[in-house]
Amino acid sequence: MNDYFKSVNSGVFYLIVACVVLFITIMCLVFLIKSYRAGIKIGMDKKILRKTITASATFTLLPSISILLGVIALSGTLGVPFSWLRLSVVGALQYELNAAEIAAQSIGLSGLKLGELSTGSFVTIALVMTLGILGGIICCIFFLKKYLNKVQTTPKKESDGKPGFGAHATTAMFVGLCAAYIGSYIGKAIPRDGADVMPLLVAIIAAICMAVFEFFIQKKGKTILENFSLAVSMLIAMVAAVGIGMII
Amino acid sequence: MEEKEKFLKEYNNSLHRIGRITGVAIVVLLLAVPFLFGIVNHVSPDWGGVLSGFLKVGIIYVPVSIVEFLVYAPMLGVGGSYLSFITGNVTNMKIPCAMNARDIAETKPGTPEHEIISTISVATSAIVTTLVIVEGVILLVPLQPVLQNEVLLPAFDNVVPALFGALGLKYFLKSPKIAVIPLFLMSLLCVCVPEAINQTSILLLPSGGLALLIGYYLFKKDKL
Repeated sequence: MNDYFKSVNSGVFYLIVACVVLFITIMCLVFLIKSYRAGIKIGMDKKILRKTITASATFTLLPSISILLGVIALSGTLGVPFSWLRLSVVGALQYELNAAEIAAQSIGLSGLKLGELSTGSFVTIALVMTLGILGGIICCIFFLKKYLNKVQTTPKKESDGKPGFGAHATTAMFVGLCAAYIGSYIGKAIPRDGADVMPLLVAIIAAICMAVFEFFIQKKGKTILENFSLAVSMLIAMVAAVGIGMII
Repeated sequence: MEEKEKFLKEYNNSLHRIGRITGVAIVVLLLAVPFLFGIVNHVSPDWGGVLSGFLKVGIIYVPVSIVEFLVYAPMLGVGGSYLSFITGNVTNMKIPCAMNARDIAETKPGTPEHEIISTISVATSAIVTTLVIVEGVILLVPLQPVLQNEVLLPAFDNVVPALFGALGLKYFLKSPKIAVIPLFLMSLLCVCVPEAINQTSILLLPSGGLALLIGYYLFKKDKL
C-alpha cells in the first residue's frame, strides 16, 4: 500500500498534472483576454467588464472550496495529483467516484479499496475515468458550431411550457444509479458470511447529513449551502466511518 | 446593427477555432496522463478491464454528456461552452455563474455583449477554481502522512457509500415516485443473491434502465 501511495503521490506525477492544469489555465486566460478586448472593441463599458470578472470570481469562491473538499475525499484512494487533475478538469466528484468504482470492479477488485489498489490497477482506473468523461468535449469539438448556428437561427416553436423528458431523464438515470448502490449496501449488511454493515451505516449517516442540508436549503431558503451539501455530508460520513471502524 | 452581427460572427468563428484546437490538445493531454504514469512506473493498462469499464461507464455517462451538451450549450454560448465542457462542474458552477454575470451586465440573448459576458464569466470562474484548488493541494502535500495513516483507512474505503448515501437522499427526495421500485428491487436482489453485491457496475444497467422506463411512463401520464 505504501508503494502504491508513493507512486500516485510522486513528484513526477505532480509535475505531469501541473503541466496539464497550466495548459488549461492558459487556455482560460486566452479566452478571457480575447473576450475582454472584443468587449472594448464594440464599445462595452470597461466598468461592466471588470464587474463581470469580480462578480464571477466571488461567485465561484465558495463552490471552489467545496471542490477542494472533494479533492481531499478522492485523494485518500487515488492520490492527490490525480484527484487534483480530475476535479480541475471536466469532471465532478459524483462522476469521478462512480467511474473509479466501476473501473475497479471491471478489473476484478471488490471496489475502490485502498488495500486492493496497485499502480497497475490505477492506470486502468485512470484511463476508464478519462475515457468516460470526454463526451462533452468531443461534442464541442465536432458539433458545437453547427448546433449553435442551428439553435440560434431556428425560430422557437410555440410550446405548451412543459419541459421535455430530457430534463427528467438525467434525474431518472441517477436515481437508478443510487438505487443500485444503496441496494448493494443493504445486501451487504445482511448477517451472513462476508457481511459488512459499514457501507450501509456510512451511507445512512451521509443521507442524514444531506437531509439536514436539504431542510435548510428547501425550507429555510439557505441556498448558499447547496455548494457544500454533498462534499460536507460525505466528509462527515467518512469521519464517522473512522469512529465506527474503531468500535466494530 | 449589421456591423455588430458581422463582428459577432467573426468573434464566434475565432472562438470556435481556438476552442477546437485547445479541445483536441486537452483530449490528447488527458489521455496521456495515465500512460505517462504507466511509463514512469513500468506498468500498462489492463485493456480488457479498460474496455469493460468504459462500456459500463459510457452507457451511463455518454448519454448524460450528450443531453448536457444539447441543453447547456445554448445557455453558455460559444466561448462559455468550450470552457465549461473542458473545465467541468457545468451545472453546479459554470451555468449559475454565467447567468449571474449576464444579470449583472443586463445583456440580451443573441447579442455580442451576451456572448462576451458569458465567456469572461466562465473563464474567470475556471481560473479562480484552479487557483483555489492549487492552494489547497499545496496545503495538502504536508498532510499526506496524516492522510495515509491506517486509522483513516475506513474513511477512504467508504468514500463511495458516503457519496451514494448523500446523493441517493437528494435524488430520492427529488423523484420519490421513480425511486421506490428500483430501490426495492435492487435491495431485494442483493439480499437474495449475495453474488450480485459486488457487481454494482452491472446492476447499474437494469436499475438505470428501470428508473428511465418508470420516469418515462410517469412523464407520459403527466405524473412527474
